[in-house]
Amino acid sequence: MDTELLARLQFAFTIAFHYLFPPLSIGLGLLLVIMEGMYLKTKREYFQTMTKFWVKIFALIFGMGVATGIVMEFEFGTNWATYSRYVGDIFGSALAAEGIFAFFLESGFLAILVFGWNKVGPKMHFFSTIMVALGSMMSAVWIIVANSWQQTPAGFHIVGEGLQARAEVTSFWEMVLNPSTLDRLSHTLSACFLTGAFFVLSVSAYYILKNRELDIAKAGIKISLIVAALASLLQLTTGHQSAVTVSHTQPAKLAAMEAHFNTSKSAPLYLFGWVNEENQEVNFGLQIPGMLSYLIYGDSDAEVTGLNEFPEEDRPPVNIVFQSYHIMVGIGFGLILISFLGIYFWWRKKLFDKKWYLIILIFSVLGPQIANQLGWITAEVGRQPWIVYGLLRTSDALSKAVDANQILFSLILFGIIYLLLFILFIYLLNDKIKAGPQKLAHSSSTEE
Amino acid sequence: MEFTFDLNTIWFILIGVLLAGYAILDGFDLGVGSLYLLTKSDKDRRVLLNSIGPVWDGNEVWLVTGGGALFAAFPEVYATVFSGFYTAFILLLFGLIFRAVAIEFRSKQPGRIWRRNWDWAFSIASILIAFLMGVALGNIVAGVPIAEDREMYVSLFGLITPYTVLVGITTVALFIMHGAIYAAMKTEGELQKQTSGWINNSIIFFAICYVTTTMATLIYFPDMVQHFIDFPFLFFVAVLNMLAIANIPREIHHGRHFRAFFSSAASIFLLLFIFAAGIFPNIVKSSIDPQYSLTLYNAASSQQTLMNMLIIAIIGIPFVLAYTISIYWIFRGKVKLDSSSY
Repeated sequence: MDTELLARLQFAFTIAFHYLFPPLSIGLGLLLVIMEGMYLKTKREYFQTMTKFWVKIFALIFGMGVATGIVMEFEFGTNWATYSRYVGDIFGSALAAEGIFAFFLESGFLAILVFGWNKVGPKMHFFSTIMVALGSMMSAVWIIVANSWQQTPAGFHIVGEGLQARAEVTSFWEMVLNPSTLDRLSHTLSACFLTGAFFVLSVSAYYILKNRELDIAKAGIKISLIVAALASLLQLTTGHQSAVTVSHTQPAKLAAMEAHFNTSKSAPLYLFGWVNEENQEVNFGLQIPGMLSYLIYGDSDAEVTGLNEFPEEDRPPVNIVFQSYHIMVGIGFGLILISFLGIYFWWRKKLFDKKWYLIILIFSVLGPQIANQLGWITAEVGRQPWIVYGLLRTSDALSKAVDANQILFSLILFGIIYLLLFILFIYLLNDKIKAGPQKLAHSSSTEE
Repeated sequence: MEFTFDLNTIWFILIGVLLAGYAILDGFDLGVGSLYLLTKSDKDRRVLLNSIGPVWDGNEVWLVTGGGALFAAFPEVYATVFSGFYTAFILLLFGLIFRAVAIEFRSKQPGRIWRRNWDWAFSIASILIAFLMGVALGNIVAGVPIAEDREMYVSLFGLITPYTVLVGITTVALFIMHGAIYAAMKTEGELQKQTSGWINNSIIFFAICYVTTTMATLIYFPDMVQHFIDFPFLFFVAVLNMLAIANIPREIHHGRHFRAFFSSAASIFLLLFIFAAGIFPNIVKSSIDPQYSLTLYNAASSQQTLMNMLIIAIIGIPFVLAYTISIYWIFRGKVKLDSSSY
């Protein structure tokens, strides 16, 4: 296998695995703030037990996020040295800002959140919880800034020529607030809230079906249903806004998302389909005529640029982008449905009697996780063949000093180690959930 | 040699400070990890683990931020070194991963085998991380084969030489001494007797390594002391460093662990200061041709980025110091195990 393929596989694998955890931390962080806030307001014991339980789960998830995240911080240098030289002036600033503004905040207050129950007063503890949640969101801010700059570079100029060329910043704020930052940040953060909310929904639904921990489980479902309902709607609007921005800033990506090959007026929107890239057609598809034009321009007759406008070497792979995008959107609508069905049952006071609905909730934890991964596949594969859109090709961005065997070796080791970690993580998570809030919050699980 | 106090120099110093902060803070928890297997009972191991429990993660942030700052301020160094040291660096990352999850996972299950295995993973990873960092430092002193295209083509075994291994072992010894003092500070009773016993042995171990490394550097890499000839005040820094090291057994003898810890932190800082003064203005020296060395000028980002980053640092650093100091203050004193402990 060649170096480029291996380097891309390694990055995709390590980032996909890492990205199982941060959305959970960010979403759960917000929910912890609500739970502990409820405890301080109502002084009801079970809110505190609930907070303590979810803090323990949070710590486990956070630990996995740290362990797999440290790899990402250095992988640009190890595997993408040419890229690092090209963008260091810009991309590096965002990573450094993340360290200074987010990681220190998170890790400092995490210590109080997890170990400080008896060391500080309730208000200080609550403040720490807020700071951890804020820190995890700040981290998303800077990573999205860095990634958005790769999608829609702004606030820079190119210095030097050929292999010596590199991007240098001309305006820090134009770089930070590049055309896609805000859309992508809001879309990512609401996805994180969904991920956290459906995680709590899933575990709480399990307790209700097992007829245990009822106070905590019912409160957990109510809190996270509200978050889920709001976030799922926010997800729809931010997703729409992101797609509109993509159509202006990265038209080739949008064309791939909808398999729109020829520029045409009244472009259709596919509900599903299978793209035959050779013949440039969509098989087994169902389309709504004019809908794509309407969604982008508010006019079903408007012209939408097709993939064939771009030279062949500048087009992204189509079917994988199309499928990821469509399944993600489908899951998004499914999550809206589940959230509002729950709100409806709650209003009719039947929420905790609907066994089939609770079973759906248990499995719905997978929905946001799968959608997160697919959303990133859409964004990153849709950006190909560029690593920095329109400026630097992925194939030119590799480390010259690293050969294919070295990457293969590290990729195999990452595969084995991450598989092991994943199994142990699921085992420990399952164990904690089975033990339950009452047992976990009040006794140390660490006694032999 | 010219010395101008410009943005590039400021960033050379700031990255040095971040890495020194990392070495002082993560240094003691790596040291505790390296010594950890010397305790036998589960309770003692939990006490040691919880002595670093609330802080190890924050300590590691210094490394992550140092890496980010290096990427931002000196992208050429970030790119050349991390791709050039590829395999060694991947091993370091595996060490960091295993160490983090070992701390997090170990006490979550009561089983003997479960805990024993994570204990080993934690301790070996701690030693490996310290050793590899020392090897990296040793390679920077010795110079690495950076070619005209600013890439270095060298195998893992090309990085392992007697000198770099010596610096690796010295780093392990330094962190062990630092960690032993920390452990004695945070424990009481029988365990404190045991950890205090480690201190004396580790001081001797470190002193031997320190003298050997210093001699080896003077003999094989005399250019490291060129600036000491040009700027005599640097000699006083070296003397100060020796005094800081010599002060450690003195404070221990009087039972003043905190002061001993402070002395050992100061000596880590001074050692890195001497190292930085020795390599300046190179960041990574080329062993092929000095012309190809990466310096704080030819490897740097634009002046505007260095300025933007300086503003970010000036805004951020007071917060960072405030968090760090508060956390150490809140978790001061001897370790007491409770329901939130590891």
